[in-house]
Amino acid sequence: MAHGKTKSASSLLIKGGHLIDPAARVDALMDVLLKDGRVAEVAAPNKIRGAADEKFDARGLIVAPGFIDLHVHLREPGQGHKETIATGTAAAAAGGFTSVCTMPNTAPVVDSAEWVEWLRQPERGAVVNVFPIAAATRSSKGATLTDFRSLQRAGAIAVTDDGKPILEDAIMREGLVLGGELNFPVVQHAEDTRMTEDCSMHAGARSFRLGLRGMTAAAEASVVERDVQLAIQIPNARLHVAHLSTADALKGVRRGKRAKARVTCEVTPHHFTLTDEDMRDYDSNYKMNPPLRSASDLEAILAALADGTVDAIATDHAPHALHEKQMEFERAAFGITGLETALALAITKLHREKRIPLARVVELFTAGPARCFDLRGRGSLARGSVADVTIFDPKKKWTFEAAKSLSKSRNTPFDGWQLQGRVVATIVSGTIVYQ
Amino acid sequence: MPMNAARGSLLGIEHLEAAEILKILKFARRMNPDRPRPLLKGKRVLLLFYEASTRTRSSFEIAAKTLGAHTVLIQAAGSSIEKGESLLDTGYTVRAVGADVIVIRHPNAGAPQVMAQHIDVPVINAGDGLHEHPSQALLDAYTILRNKKSFKGLQVAIVGDIFHSRVARSACHLLSKFGVKMILCGPQELVPEVAATLAPGIRVTRHIEDALRGTDVVMLLRVQKERLSGLKIDLPEYIARYQMTPARLKMAKKDAIVMHPGPIIRGLELTSDIADGAQSRILEEVRNGVPTRMAILARAMGRMR
Repeated sequence: MAHGKTKSASSLLIKGGHLIDPAARVDALMDVLLKDGRVAEVAAPNKIRGAADEKFDARGLIVAPGFIDLHVHLREPGQGHKETIATGTAAAAAGGFTSVCTMPNTAPVVDSAEWVEWLRQPERGAVVNVFPIAAATRSSKGATLTDFRSLQRAGAIAVTDDGKPILEDAIMREGLVLGGELNFPVVQHAEDTRMTEDCSMHAGARSFRLGLRGMTAAAEASVVERDVQLAIQIPNARLHVAHLSTADALKGVRRGKRAKARVTCEVTPHHFTLTDEDMRDYDSNYKMNPPLRSASDLEAILAALADGTVDAIATDHAPHALHEKQMEFERAAFGITGLETALALAITKLHREKRIPLARVVELFTAGPARCFDLRGRGSLARGSVADVTIFDPKKKWTFEAAKSLSKSRNTPFDGWQLQGRVVATIVSGTIVYQ
Repeated sequence: MPMNAARGSLLGIEHLEAAEILKILKFARRMNPDRPRPLLKGKRVLLLFYEASTRTRSSFEIAAKTLGAHTVLIQAAGSSIEKGESLLDTGYTVRAVGADVIVIRHPNAGAPQVMAQHIDVPVINAGDGLHEHPSQALLDAYTILRNKKSFKGLQVAIVGDIFHSRVARSACHLLSKFGVKMILCGPQELVPEVAATLAPGIRVTRHIEDALRGTDVVMLLRVQKERLSGLKIDLPEYIARYQMTPARLKMAKKDAIVMHPGPIIRGLELTSDIADGAQSRILEEVRNGVPTRMAILARAMGRMR
């Protein structure tokens, strides 16, 4: 299958598809005309007059706003052996993502305006939109806040110390205060690392049996609890909880939302698909942070995806080279790839198995994430929006083969999985970047 | 067992069938460390020790030599492991050198499984992190059967640091397969409730009297200071509540035996009169390690007939 900039047109008519645009409350057969990088018109079938340079036959397919991934590790600068912005965004396009938000835990850490700008330069070879998330503290050491204002001006859309939590109460408070003034979300990797020393999976019967030290749900929930409390107290503070994985942490998020605090959260496909019981033979493709949790946590997450507590599905795409994974489980790197399996896992697990409406699934990839980080003009195909479009076949059955991934890395537990739902085309600013 | 592990591998007790365990124990009874049996003549047994060991290493070595094999010992210190060679590269290297069996001890749980997935010779787990120590469980079963004739109706109390103990995990899996009643005893930090989920027949208690009443075998474990990962244990409190003393041992059955995988710390988990007392089988366990490991090595090479 081809990727990269295969087709370019100043106008493109997507005909005969079923448009699901939750932000615009559309769920019907609609044609969409893209012109000069924007959505020019959305109308009932065959109602769009005038010629388009090109047509896309979307009969039998779902047409959706371009998917947004709030959480990816594209490893540049400094770790190009795992992934580059070029390979990572190619994988994103193949997964239907038109925008990805990159994490700053690179080498060096993206904690300055210069590095934020560097990430956005055309030389990086990105095929989808890259929205950098900058470090919240200098070198993500948790001691001194970075210059939020200059990072935001350079194009960062949020701050985080992802991979590590912002543990100090005073620093987190200071970050939320400043973020509140600037309307700048603070993204928290919620893990009380004082409780997770030497841990490599979830604490439970399985970790005890395997002789692996386990991370408790409390190590996540206690940080979420504290952060939500701060977000309730601090005017305009914006808290986004990254890769939420436990039932207890959901309680904190619900409390924040009930109190009308600006609290949002994301969940990864692996946390709504797998549990700690699924790992076999100390396979480090099942090792990530936060770890795969218990079956009851998974049930709570599925309920929260359905009821609206969860705002977005984000992949936490975390590529690693084989030699960084194929080793002792406890020593192997944390993280798995996820860009190319996210939609299919969502359709297979959430829609087909759990009967969550397709429109809700689409919302979790589009309007939901766009709201979390205020990505204006994205996450919807309302007239005038940016012409980022994802076209997929929700019925198509296929087998994911990690060896054919466009990512530089192969660290996924989903190799060989039979899935339902496949991306047919990914369009960024009116240009087909994957088909 | 991992899909790709070579036949004859011994990675843990959990997935071993009861019949296979009995076969190994039966064969071990035929092994005599004082009489060489050249079942492994000309074979090379690689002892790959990433972690300190006295009993396990020396008894595997003696077992291999009694069977006529050559042994090569590789320890982390003084080898390429120190220079940063990966587990698998070390495995490929010793395989290329001509290893017929790899005996591995490693501080990380699952390291032998990872090795067995990728190396095409039998891998024997000589203790992996907090996970399993199958040869210890087999020699303990051998010791119990020499003293108690049968597993039937037995009650075994395991007292001490269960959480950090691969010996306890393997023992629980093994004894459970024969319907033995097990009582795990110690403070919450060392004996979490979840330990009872390990296998059928396990109960957790905080009270030493409760653990000892009606017990046939008392297995003591060391508090593993090197594995506490920041956990703080109040040792005087531990001694007051759980140290095995002659007075406490009286609560067990009259003919109860005391076992300990070693190394023992006198004055901590047990007093000297217990370690050296008439009911102690601690040195017998060490002795039984050799015939048991002879059986394990013979099995690895398909010579357990």
